[in-house]
Amino acid sequence: MNSNALCFNARIERAEFSLEASLTVEPGEIVAVIGPNGAGKSTLLRSISGLVPLTSGSIEIGGVTVDDPAREILSAPEARRVGVVFQDYLLFPHMSVADNIAFGPRAAGVGRRHARELAADWITRLSLTGLADRKPSELSGGQSQRVALARALACDPAVLLLDEPLAALDAGTRIDVRAELREHLASIGIPTLLVTHDPLDALVLAERIVVLEQGRITQEGLALDVARRPATTYVARLLGLNLLPGQADDGHVTLTAGGELHTAQRNVSGAVLVAVRPDAISIHTSPPSGSARNVWRGTVEGVEPIGDRVRVTAAGPPTVMADVTAASVIELQLERGTQVWLSTKATELEVYPAGGTAPQ
Amino acid sequence: MSRRHRTTTQPPWPVAVPAVLALLFLGLPLLALLIRAPWGQLLSVLTSPTSLDALRLSIITATAATVISVIVGVPLAWLLARAIFPGRRFARALVTVPLVLPPVVGGIALLLAFGRRGIVGQYLDQWFGITLPFTTAGVVIAEAFVAMPFLIITVEGALRGLDGRFEDAAATLGASRLTVFRRITLPLIAPSLVAGAVLTFARALGEFGATITFAGNLPGVTQTLPLAVYIGLEGDPSEAIALSLVLLAFSIAVLVLLRDRWLRTGTPT
Repeated sequence: MNSNALCFNARIERAEFSLEASLTVEPGEIVAVIGPNGAGKSTLLRSISGLVPLTSGSIEIGGVTVDDPAREILSAPEARRVGVVFQDYLLFPHMSVADNIAFGPRAAGVGRRHARELAADWITRLSLTGLADRKPSELSGGQSQRVALARALACDPAVLLLDEPLAALDAGTRIDVRAELREHLASIGIPTLLVTHDPLDALVLAERIVVLEQGRITQEGLALDVARRPATTYVARLLGLNLLPGQADDGHVTLTAGGELHTAQRNVSGAVLVAVRPDAISIHTSPPSGSARNVWRGTVEGVEPIGDRVRVTAAGPPTVMADVTAASVIELQLERGTQVWLSTKATELEVYPAGGTAPQ
Repeated sequence: MSRRHRTTTQPPWPVAVPAVLALLFLGLPLLALLIRAPWGQLLSVLTSPTSLDALRLSIITATAATVISVIVGVPLAWLLARAIFPGRRFARALVTVPLVLPPVVGGIALLLAFGRRGIVGQYLDQWFGITLPFTTAGVVIAEAFVAMPFLIITVEGALRGLDGRFEDAAATLGASRLTVFRRITLPLIAPSLVAGAVLTFARALGEFGATITFAGNLPGVTQTLPLAVYIGLEGDPSEAIALSLVLLAFSIAVLVLLRDRWLRTGTPT
């Protein structure tokens, strides 16, 4: 383990909530924490930045222990080398862009002129040229985000934290800003931890994903692995996947909620999860005659347009979501209560052991 | 927020009758003051020694009362808004008492506290030879007692309405608590601080009851504008009216000054 890593290994007890997690971010690594509202994502960031004290355990930043109740160590936020990009950015509204960026160096005792030079440097690096004298209210969302990033980095932090860095942006600018942010984060070289509820942000920006649910880590792994093999229904739903738990035996899975599936993977046995994309499931109004190994009866429970597709929920067992075209909805006359046949190929099923954390 | 009234539902016309009465009731006295003002001799009346003394004294004492209010009132507002300590609710209630207390009662209370026989005043007198009643300092104290709550309440409201996350952000950028207060908190509540100070000054300038009770009515020493107006009515009404005009002009100036700031930052969101 690198001594400049961010090490969080701690528990936080609050009135109706507890967070217990163990997490290490290496220098240059970008880790995304995803989880539903109230999962403890913000508490995690606030405890690292020193705004919430730990109940037990420890936090280490850049080789320095900043919080450890057992050893009676607790550094104030201003004493930690943490750069934070807040949700809504929280740029100081009464200061210019340059003064916002120079704030950290100034607070650290850097002279006015030198702080201004530092700020000018960051303004160039984050393509904010020409905006130095603007007030935050005169910036676009993407510009505000870059100023917030520059302000956090100008303090020469040992770790960078980003709290929902894209949540304040509208859908249109979001794609561009996400790509920009990815570029900027790639060159930072310090442990970077970002918190988001958007799986796409996590997948695009981070190499590793940590899933936090109800104050506990439920899955941790490379972004691609988490996307392919979600460990919990929360992640599966975020990613729009069907997730079916069951018992596997020689390519045959008996599902916990009823029904069974044939898979192409014979090497997995015991408690497993089966992930299947909604567009890999076909809907028919008569028994299908194709090559699909898995066919079962279902009743349509919901028909809901998403983008250019229509998502049909059909009660089984197994109960699944299937994506079809609008034309098929009309052709098959799908509506609540319609009896249908569902089918999927054995090769479309991703089968993997249940029990969370995928190996790295 | 739109400045225009939304008049999708017009009130029924009979409402207009009492409404106009109320408006007349509030407006007519001011109109009378303007009509009967000795416009011709305004300058000579206002430059008479009594008037000038009262004007000068009023401005000095109201300014002093405002400065004192800012120096001790802002920290108190900060504590009331942010600190958790036993008796905070009581402290907040105490701050609002002078707002509703008849000023005369305030004057008597001040006498009992800081008068020569008062519970604090007797020691001020014995140990330091300081006497407050019937001095200019006494006027400042009476005005500060009555006016300071305006500052405290305005600033406290602003501090409560302030998004504390800005201060969190400043802390993560390495700023000490004092730096955060000086460079973030104070500038962000500055409009409310100014509004509170102007209100305090206006209230101090108009103070009558507590001043006359605690500090008396000595021309040049404790006779402020409102006292000179009251005394003037018995001797030289034109002087009273002229001085009243000065106070009215100042009140209107305060209203104009605060109109925007008050609406924008005076109410916590």
